[in-house]
Amino acid sequence: MINDKQSAETKSVVLVGVGGQGILLASTIIAQTALASGFDVKTNEIHGMAQRGGSVVAQIRFGEKVYSPLVPLRTATVLVSLERMEGLRYIDYLAPDGLAVISDQKIVPITASSGQTPYPDLNQQKMRKWFPRLIYVSAIEKAEELGNTKAANTILLGALSNRLPFDTEAWETAIHRCVKPKFVEVNRRAFFIGRQLT
Amino acid sequence: MSAGRRHDCVGCGVRNSFAKRVLCPITQCRKRTMKKLLTGNEAIARGAWEAAVGVAAGYPGTPSTEILENISKSYGSDVYCEWAPNEKVAFEVAAGAALAGARAMTTMKHVGLNVAADPLMTLAYIGVVGGFVAVVADDPGMNSSQNEQDTRRFAKFAKVPVIEPSDSEEAREAMRMAFDISEKYQTPVILRSTTTVSHSRSVVRLEDRIALDRKVSFQKAPPRFVPIPAWARPMRIRLEKRLEDLQEAACVSPLNRIEWNDRRLGIVTSGIAYQYVKEVFPDASILKLGWAFPFPDRLINEFANGVREVLVVEELEDFLEEHIRALGISCEGKTWSEGKLVPKTGELNVDVLTEVRNKLYKAIPPKSVSIPLPDGSEQQEGAPPVLNSDAVRETANAGTCPDLPVIPPRPPVLCPGCPHRGIFFALGRFDVVVTGDIGCYSLGVLPPLNRMDTTLCMGGGISMSHGMTVAGNDKRVVGVVGDSTFFHSGITGLIDIAYNKGKSVIVVLDNRTTAMTGHQDNPGTGRTIMGEETKEISIADIGRAVGIRQIYEVQPRKVNETIAVLKRALASDEPVLIISKTPCPLASHESLGLPLHVNKDKCKRCGLCLKLGCPGIEKDEDGVHVNTLLCASCKLCQQICPAHAFEEGRYEIKEPGSIDPAVVVAEKRAEGTT
Repeated sequence: MINDKQSAETKSVVLVGVGGQGILLASTIIAQTALASGFDVKTNEIHGMAQRGGSVVAQIRFGEKVYSPLVPLRTATVLVSLERMEGLRYIDYLAPDGLAVISDQKIVPITASSGQTPYPDLNQQKMRKWFPRLIYVSAIEKAEELGNTKAANTILLGALSNRLPFDTEAWETAIHRCVKPKFVEVNRRAFFIGRQLT
Repeated sequence: MSAGRRHDCVGCGVRNSFAKRVLCPITQCRKRTMKKLLTGNEAIARGAWEAAVGVAAGYPGTPSTEILENISKSYGSDVYCEWAPNEKVAFEVAAGAALAGARAMTTMKHVGLNVAADPLMTLAYIGVVGGFVAVVADDPGMNSSQNEQDTRRFAKFAKVPVIEPSDSEEAREAMRMAFDISEKYQTPVILRSTTTVSHSRSVVRLEDRIALDRKVSFQKAPPRFVPIPAWARPMRIRLEKRLEDLQEAACVSPLNRIEWNDRRLGIVTSGIAYQYVKEVFPDASILKLGWAFPFPDRLINEFANGVREVLVVEELEDFLEEHIRALGISCEGKTWSEGKLVPKTGELNVDVLTEVRNKLYKAIPPKSVSIPLPDGSEQQEGAPPVLNSDAVRETANAGTCPDLPVIPPRPPVLCPGCPHRGIFFALGRFDVVVTGDIGCYSLGVLPPLNRMDTTLCMGGGISMSHGMTVAGNDKRVVGVVGDSTFFHSGITGLIDIAYNKGKSVIVVLDNRTTAMTGHQDNPGTGRTIMGEETKEISIADIGRAVGIRQIYEVQPRKVNETIAVLKRALASDEPVLIISKTPCPLASHESLGLPLHVNKDKCKRCGLCLKLGCPGIEKDEDGVHVNTLLCASCKLCQQICPAHAFEEGRYEIKEPGSIDPAVVVAEKRAEGTT
């Protein structure tokens, strides 16, 4: 039987960024954590045509029973952006009370470099106007302190982890499973740095 | 945190805090309930393996590519896999295997089926011995395609069954059933996926590979396998009879099912659209057609008679709707008495269907006249067909943040370090027409390179250049094709040019891989999908063999040399073949050096470097700088900068042999370039 309540309870996370930033891994970790926590899970990744430099969106939905793998507009519990401006491009996905976790990393698209449209002047204060619930992270800088900039994504995962109904152990297990053994420790540390931000 | 690490079930992921990594005994994971999160493509691969497929051949094409990759990677020891030069060849390889009695499959994207249409149409007549499944992935919304044709129409045209899963678990099961149907009715079967089914992940239960105790041995029977007219005519009659049998089977197949619910609205749906319907119309009755053709008429009639209003929700064409109307059933769908309802173009999703639902609410009440409900329930005159609207969100209002700044688009671009950038930049120096092809290099059409003028289909770049030339075009025409597309269907075009005394300049952008679909091997790479070394077929040798006398090989990252070769080629009055040969750095993992940086004192801000369209070169209010996280050090910018402002960076290497972006960022900050 269809249960509207359960369907309505489906939660969504949207991850956005630029091709090459490692969105896929972050999305896999969230999905595995949800699965291990006993939820039905569906995910989807939309790649632009380019391997590097294009806009990329990953979506994760979980709940008692998930139907659509695509996140409807204005329903995402969390919107994570690995790049400063990309979060604004996909702001329509975020639910009115949703949380935005945004890395301050800036990657200027060629349309801005060529002068067609300038890269908007963005900072934490301005972002708060559009994202009332915002975690704005210098993720690259923090990851660099850990000794591996690629752990930046995991810092953002840590920052959003408090908003999702998974316990720490499930997150750790997923990181353990999804990350190459050599990088598990640095990612685990990155996760807890992020988790402390909220 | 607990002392000592505890583990979940390795199979189903059930949290059970085992001391070791084990399969949980409670749910008997070892036997049948292995649960995994798989993409549709991974699940199709799994289902094929479970169904004991023996031969799998395909040609890469988004969104189908990962199916064959997964079979070779995960099940390569049980299944012979190959990338064929094109879809027609792949289809024929699988057909041969199936006629010999093996279970065989072929994978391709929707436009690939156009290439394989010839063997499809006649294999339907001949039929198969071992199960044969053609997996064809459509791309509604054209995420990475040049059109959005609907493969279901092809199945009807070819008179073969088409099966449409709506998530990964269904895809796995559908693959198994497709092989059974194929063998039972001796027909090729098409399994149609779409982008969202192929690329989304959902939970799949794994089963074991079935034991297929059979000898692969072709049994000679010319009247069955040779469609000369005398034998093709009875085949044609058998084909129609087979369709009748298949139609009966489709009516009772578990692939097609009715989910009775509120009988005031009945929705007929298929594929991924089913998932959206379940979310947007949680109370409606549903006829889910996982096996849509041959149409299960009896089931459709039963459903239509059991509900008051029928709505058809399907992605792309009005394939089901057209037939349902032809059965004399009045329904709403793509064609609607009140205007447009379910869109015919692009992907559907929950937001699109929410809009459909809202339109329907407004329109249907006045129309609901007295049709007695077959279950004898009370009919509520004029009431909306679906209740519980609270359970469904209102259509989202896009653009609810009025103060948002204008966000510059981030279109797909050639990657940093892409060898194609060099050849397109060089072509930009000449006043010629460039007929292009399908691949990463299609992106050469975008600004600032703007160096491609047409794209039609694979191989089309070569033949069209010849057509434009013989028509007397006032400018020279350069045909551009990739290495994989050259083998796919460029060779015949080149033969045409040589044979018919053309004078096109053909440039093969040989990046040593099939890049756009995620780096598959091809006949030119010297490696098979199974990872084995093989003969590396030379494009230059093929050019020589068909009679092209002027053949050049250039390294497109050397700008001046490339321009010089193009100049010589364009001055020639016979056909010229240029092989622009440099490996895709994402495939070869070759490091070209450390990122460059801009010497601010030298930079004249002329903006020439920005004409390369390199995402690694950024310009903002502070001028031009290199994004060291992106720069692949291809040094094109260094070669074209008149002020010699691009310099090689001085980097402190913490770990020998690695360019850790962390190091680079540290240096960047130290120099104050951002």
